[in-house]
Amino acid sequence: MIDVVNLEKHFGGENVLNGINTTIHKGDVVCVIGPSGSGKSTFLRCLNMLEKPTGGKIIFEGDDLMDKRVDLNAHRQKMGMVFQQFNLFPHMTIMENLTVAPLLLKKFDKGRAQEKALELLDRVGLADRANDYPSQLSGGQQQRVAICRALCMEPDVMLFDEPTSALDPEMVGEVLDVMKELAKAGMTMVVVTHEMGFAREVSNRVLFLDGGVIAEEGTPDAIFNHPQCERLQSFLAKVL
Amino acid sequence: MSFFEKFYQIFVEKGYYTLMLDGFKSTLIITVGALAIGLVIGTIIAVIKYFGDDSKPMRPLVWLCDLYTTVVRGIPVVVLLLIFFFVIFASSKNGIAIATLTFGINSGAYMAELVRSGLNAVNAGQMEAGRSLGLSKLQTMRKIILPQAIRYILPAIFNELIALLKETSVAGYVAVVDLTRAGTLVRNNTYNAVVPLTLVAVVYLVLVVLLTRLLRLLERRMSTDDRRRKS
Repeated sequence: MIDVVNLEKHFGGENVLNGINTTIHKGDVVCVIGPSGSGKSTFLRCLNMLEKPTGGKIIFEGDDLMDKRVDLNAHRQKMGMVFQQFNLFPHMTIMENLTVAPLLLKKFDKGRAQEKALELLDRVGLADRANDYPSQLSGGQQQRVAICRALCMEPDVMLFDEPTSALDPEMVGEVLDVMKELAKAGMTMVVVTHEMGFAREVSNRVLFLDGGVIAEEGTPDAIFNHPQCERLQSFLAKVL
Repeated sequence: MSFFEKFYQIFVEKGYYTLMLDGFKSTLIITVGALAIGLVIGTIIAVIKYFGDDSKPMRPLVWLCDLYTTVVRGIPVVVLLLIFFFVIFASSKNGIAIATLTFGINSGAYMAELVRSGLNAVNAGQMEAGRSLGLSKLQTMRKIILPQAIRYILPAIFNELIALLKETSVAGYVAVVDLTRAGTLVRNNTYNAVVPLTLVAVVYLVLVVLLTRLLRLLERRMSTDDRRRKS
């Protein structure tokens, strides 16, 4: 579904990504782990071109997103994204947050969009908050709404950028539960996370990034129980 | 003769109230028209500069906008008005339209900075969230960024509006009979300075006080909005 070929990103003189190669298949749940500054978030943000790579290719459903002739907005509609800081639209109700993109992009008519939104909110247990504003919700609730907002566009893949890092500890579980449900339902997911338990339990593949390259890649079992490279071993020793 | 007897004599018996009303109307037309033009120009420039920062093809546009704000802000509005009336639109005698346009163009240069500060006050994550859903830059700007920016800068826009209202009192330089000019005409015709000037001053004062009240009302409504949202 997504082929990443030799992806590079430089900020000024700093090399953040130094040639990343990997393939995300349909139905994959890929967790990206690594020390801070290893480039995990940048890698994820390059996948939907929120960050413009300086080299390499990102081939999504057959089109190279680096190609200037490609309609990025059309492709982004198929890649949902969930941010560390939720980034809900504070001037809109929850319902408006969920329906603004589908309505503007004429994906659904108003009735269908609201029906879809309520269905999704119901799945995360927030259907009764549809007419509230984001600031009336807790962090965990806001992040669940943010997941629904992305799902409302019926994306083919969901990108999660440290979705639980800004949450109070007691709210982490409710968001991870929603993500587990999503994975079970067969959604293709790429998750940058510090939640090793989640990576071990839910993902089918783990990428360990260090110094802007994939230092090690494998099944959760291989990564967590039989780490090969020294950097991964010392990283796991610190976080587990 | 007391002030009020004089007032009655000039404006009612001699019928100068019609002249003052016409002047009042012109002042309102010029102010409201200029505000609208200023807001449109200011918003367009602010959006161009917002996107122009990281887009090479937009550099010439950004340069043009900078030129515009520099030139307009560097010239006194009276001089600008004279140039528009006697040079650029010398063939037209529609003073009100020219004055409206001039004050609008002048105000646009100041509005641009206002709106830009509002856009920059909106968290960068909002643009990213909009783009990640597949919305274009302009769609995100219109639906997500601008509505939030306006809330931040509403008080500043009202200040600009009040300044604009008072600034239009120089429109008389180009034969427009605005409120101030109407007062001057009455003064010349009746050889009385106190009564017409007092009326003119009081009308401006009342307008400004009303605008300030309106702003307070809006601010209070927005803040209770925020309280409701944050509770």
